[in-house]
Amino acid sequence: MTTTTRKASRGIGLRSPTRSPDQGTRTRSIALELDGAMAESAKPASPGAVFLSGARAIAPVALALAPLGLAFGTAAMGSGLSALEALGMSVFVLSGAAQLAALPLVSAGASVAVVVLTVLVINLRFVLYSAALAPHFKNLSAGWKALLSYLIIDQVFAEAITRFDRGEVQEHARRWYFLGVALPILAVWLACTVGGVYLGSWVPEGWSLDFVLPLIFIALAVPAVKDRATGAAALFAGVTALFAASMPLNLGLITAALVGVSGGLVAESMIERRNK
Amino acid sequence: MSTTTFWLAILGAGAVTFALRVSLIALLGRLEVPPFLERALRYVPAAVLTAVVIPLLFYQDGALEASVGNERLLAGLIAVLIALRTRNVLLVLGGGMAALWALQAVGQSL
Repeated sequence: MTTTTRKASRGIGLRSPTRSPDQGTRTRSIALELDGAMAESAKPASPGAVFLSGARAIAPVALALAPLGLAFGTAAMGSGLSALEALGMSVFVLSGAAQLAALPLVSAGASVAVVVLTVLVINLRFVLYSAALAPHFKNLSAGWKALLSYLIIDQVFAEAITRFDRGEVQEHARRWYFLGVALPILAVWLACTVGGVYLGSWVPEGWSLDFVLPLIFIALAVPAVKDRATGAAALFAGVTALFAASMPLNLGLITAALVGVSGGLVAESMIERRNK
Repeated sequence: MSTTTFWLAILGAGAVTFALRVSLIALLGRLEVPPFLERALRYVPAAVLTAVVIPLLFYQDGALEASVGNERLLAGLIAVLIALRTRNVLLVLGGGMAALWALQAVGQSL
């Protein structure tokens, strides 16, 4: 308890005097948080300890992400990307499914608009994650909000939101917990992207390593079919993709995805109506 | 795709993705997710993933190839069976690649 207070006051003391109005509110809010923390638990953890507990919780998930990262790097190399280009995708997009889906578009020479539109649809789910995390991050500065938003990844979100919603992480510690969960995932993803490109370049062409790309999608798609409605979405998307693949401008993927989502929605309302 | 187009596409995709991530964290209290979008999003993974994989299996060099001579299609079906039984990414990758190599070897020896 005392260490946290001392650290906080030292930090404020180091800041330049021009930012004093901001400091006043920050000191007050830290004091309030500490009061709250004291009420909740006898020993609030330091940022470092919270960060480490997040990193420990995510470690097995981060390891499980390695094959997917390696597969992305290998598939990127198979699609003719350099290590720098593959790493660029991982840094800027930071979303496995979107990056993998963009590869066939990129190697087919699709336009910028089609790549961006496809990634937009695949990553629309981040709006839901953003909504769920918003109340937990509402008192943070704009810089923290931007940093933590950049690090919203499926696995990170799943780990953090359960702890946050159960109230297992105190409010002032949440950013450190989120960083502790996110940074190992980010590190594994970037390292495996580059590792995968070099792994791919060692392997002779006769091994057809580009086949890793459809295999990864099969491994992800099968568990995504959970019930009849998601099955209908997959069926509609698959049949459309079969005939839309030769659509101009590489619009086949996005068309099939939208038909699939509509098919899922129609199936859902049909199942609901029948159950009434 | 030229280098410039590639980086434009990646920067655009990155900007759009960041906008989605930061959206409601930045706009807290001023905007809510419409219920229709929430329902529709449930079907995005199954639809998108299938839409990516089907052309990769059925098309070879830009032509539809739905026959037993298409080794990628057969190996893909084997991978689907492995995924249904095990749900293990490594087994799907290993089994699928092994199936493709075996089918290619058989195809060459015929």
